[in-house]
Amino acid sequence: MIEARQLTRRYGSFTAVDGVSFQLGKGQALALIGPSGCGKTTTLKMVNRLIRPTEGSVWVGGMDVAGQPLEELRRRMGYVIQDTGLFPHYTVEENIGVVPKLLRWPAGKIRSRVGALLEQLGLPPGQFLDKYPHQLSGGQQQRIGIARALAAEPPIILMDEPFGALDPLTRQQARRDFREIEALKNKTIILVTHDIEEAFEMANLIGLMKDGRLQQLGPPRQLLLEPANDFVREFLAEKASQLELQSVTLAGVFPQLIREAPTLGPVLELPSNTPLLYAIHRLGKEGERYAHGVTQLAGERRYFHLDELFQAYKQTLSQWNN
Amino acid sequence: MEQLNLLGQFIADNRAKLLEQVLEHIGLTFISLLLAALVAVPLGIFITRRQKLAGSFLGIAGILQTVPSIALLGFLIPILGIGVKPAIVALFFYALLPILRNTYTGIQGVDSSVKEAALGIGLSKGQLLRQVELPLALPVIFAGLRTATVINVGVATLAAYIGAGGLGEFIFGGIALNNSTMILAGALPAAGLAILFDQLLALLQRGKVGKLRGKAPVLLIGAAFLSSAYFWPQAYAPGWKAGFAPEFMGRKDGYNNLVQTYGLEFNTTILNNSLMYSAVKEKEVDVISGYSTDGRIKAYELAILEDDRHAFPPYFCAPLLRKGLAGEHPELLETLNLLAGRISDSTMTLLNYRVDFEKESPEEVARNYLESLSLWRPDRAQGGETLTIGSKIFTEQYILVELFGQLINGYTDLDTDVRPGLGGTKICFDALLAGEIGLYPEYTGTGLQVLLDTPDSVIQQIITDADAVYDYVKVQFREQYGIDWLQPLGFNNTYALMIREEMGRQMGLKKVSGLVR
Repeated sequence: MIEARQLTRRYGSFTAVDGVSFQLGKGQALALIGPSGCGKTTTLKMVNRLIRPTEGSVWVGGMDVAGQPLEELRRRMGYVIQDTGLFPHYTVEENIGVVPKLLRWPAGKIRSRVGALLEQLGLPPGQFLDKYPHQLSGGQQQRIGIARALAAEPPIILMDEPFGALDPLTRQQARRDFREIEALKNKTIILVTHDIEEAFEMANLIGLMKDGRLQQLGPPRQLLLEPANDFVREFLAEKASQLELQSVTLAGVFPQLIREAPTLGPVLELPSNTPLLYAIHRLGKEGERYAHGVTQLAGERRYFHLDELFQAYKQTLSQWNN
Repeated sequence: MEQLNLLGQFIADNRAKLLEQVLEHIGLTFISLLLAALVAVPLGIFITRRQKLAGSFLGIAGILQTVPSIALLGFLIPILGIGVKPAIVALFFYALLPILRNTYTGIQGVDSSVKEAALGIGLSKGQLLRQVELPLALPVIFAGLRTATVINVGVATLAAYIGAGGLGEFIFGGIALNNSTMILAGALPAAGLAILFDQLLALLQRGKVGKLRGKAPVLLIGAAFLSSAYFWPQAYAPGWKAGFAPEFMGRKDGYNNLVQTYGLEFNTTILNNSLMYSAVKEKEVDVISGYSTDGRIKAYELAILEDDRHAFPPYFCAPLLRKGLAGEHPELLETLNLLAGRISDSTMTLLNYRVDFEKESPEEVARNYLESLSLWRPDRAQGGETLTIGSKIFTEQYILVELFGQLINGYTDLDTDVRPGLGGTKICFDALLAGEIGLYPEYTGTGLQVLLDTPDSVIQQIITDADAVYDYVKVQFREQYGIDWLQPLGFNNTYALMIREEMGRQMGLKKVSGLVR
């Protein structure tokens, strides 16, 4: 879907990004993490060519993006940034509708798309359409920023510290809500963050950078269990145990779930890569609607109540403690 | 209170003129503002794109701003002549900086994350400018336009100095005549215009940022409409195109006297003395109120129209001495009377010519002349009492005060402090009355009609007789002010209507009455 080949950016004698390569399939999410100044944001901006690579190339759908008109390229990639970058003189409706309007969608189509997005983001359109950004809370602004990026249904979303400007509580909530946004399903996402938890929670591929180079690129568990070098180990060490817990997914505890389907009530379906802690959170929060959940791995369906999940969680904990 | 009544009376008497000046003033302000905006806004945008040039462009605009406005107008006259063109160019320069700087600052001030996001979601550079940067910078650009408007209303008062009209006509006229009512009649409406336009723009500026986008065209059309105001009065103005000096316009023996005596109509441009002559030469006007001894009459091939109905009295020139000075220093009378009757009309014209055209200094010309009369003597010992000598603002007077000064230095123990160009008649006379200056050269006709409140019946009797006029003012000044007229120097520098020689030939014009149509 999207591939970076030996992306390099030099400023005079300083090399900000040095030979970064990665491949990302449709629906995958890559988190670029690392200390400040490691080149993660520069890498992201080379993907939509806000920064021109000194060397190397980006390929989308098998085509080198260097040959494509910039605006067309960018309209196919949603872009979300830390400070939201909402247009202060546009209403919420106008902000979200910017790109569809540039693409000359009919007015009616834009309006219904904006309404649908606001619904999905939990912002009642009647209440928010005519508001200006300064009338919204930080969390709400952030969601409008995401809605704007998603408006024209781009297959790729680039995010630069999307929750960076929020306070820790709002931030956690925003991340959880983010996973549930329908319009984000099946999007290919590249996310830049300095927050390891965020990376582990939101991505299925982590690229840890330092001094412009990728130190390790792989699934979260791989970074934890098989760190490529001391830097990776040390970078993750502080939060390792927490991250390990977070990196346990439904697939990881699959054998402990129930084979036979319960007979009563609506079922909450979660993908097998859902972190265990998140599944517990969801089922706990929506316990009144869903009596139990289900997940699917290699064609097999297994069911769970909160009890099974807690059980699995305790077992994982004791495994590590031993 | 009395001042207010006077002002009300003045405005009532001059309401047509005031309306004309207000319209010209508005026109000048907005023509230049519009031009400046059309240049400065795109230029401001351009320098946000070429950051390296920003410093130099803003620097140049800043330097233009610091050039004193009178000096800037002076520089422009040789290039653009007099009238509306140099005025608009000067105002244009003054309006540039605030608009340029605010456009630049406004666009620079747009939150960089907003710009990044706009580019990131696929706006082109042009779309970024039109949809994001300009709308967000608009309040700042608006503030720049407001500043420029207020500056322009103020500087436009100087346009009258170079014959472009506007409310400065009353202000300059008032200064020349030391007539504060007349100054106020120009200054108050000018201040009012500045406040009015500032508030109107503030009104437009108010409201939501998003709504400002729709108002930009309103502003543009409004400015274009107001620009045209300059030309409304001219569309209706009848009569000869005349260039008259501010003092001539306001004096009792000047414009009103001329119009009444001959029943003439003029489409008047107010011009200062030094510009009048070149204006008529360059055909920017057809008639001017010149001085009969001016050096430029010959050089510019001008013809004096004969004052066949005697609108103007004789203007024989003589030194005026402050009260008591003749008693304190009797040697002054003797010394200054050395020149009595020595300077003929043609001599004075020649002396003026040498300063105006040969570009010799008045000091040099005065010394050469005294030497040619064998009157010149080196400066006597320093350290005596200092005598201050004043003059009005034109070449002839500059030469006369030098003559007086050099004579007094050479023949008496007094030191002199020569202060040429104090101002108009009223200013010089008031300074003499107050004892701030000891003497200055004055003209009998001016004494008769401006400085004395001479009854019309007396004027009628004596106006054609130069000696009678001199005797009358000498006696009256002595009685009323204690001021002494010394003996006349010999020449008669009268007000005279002048036209181009060529035009006079073609139209068969020789007398002022010939102008009546």
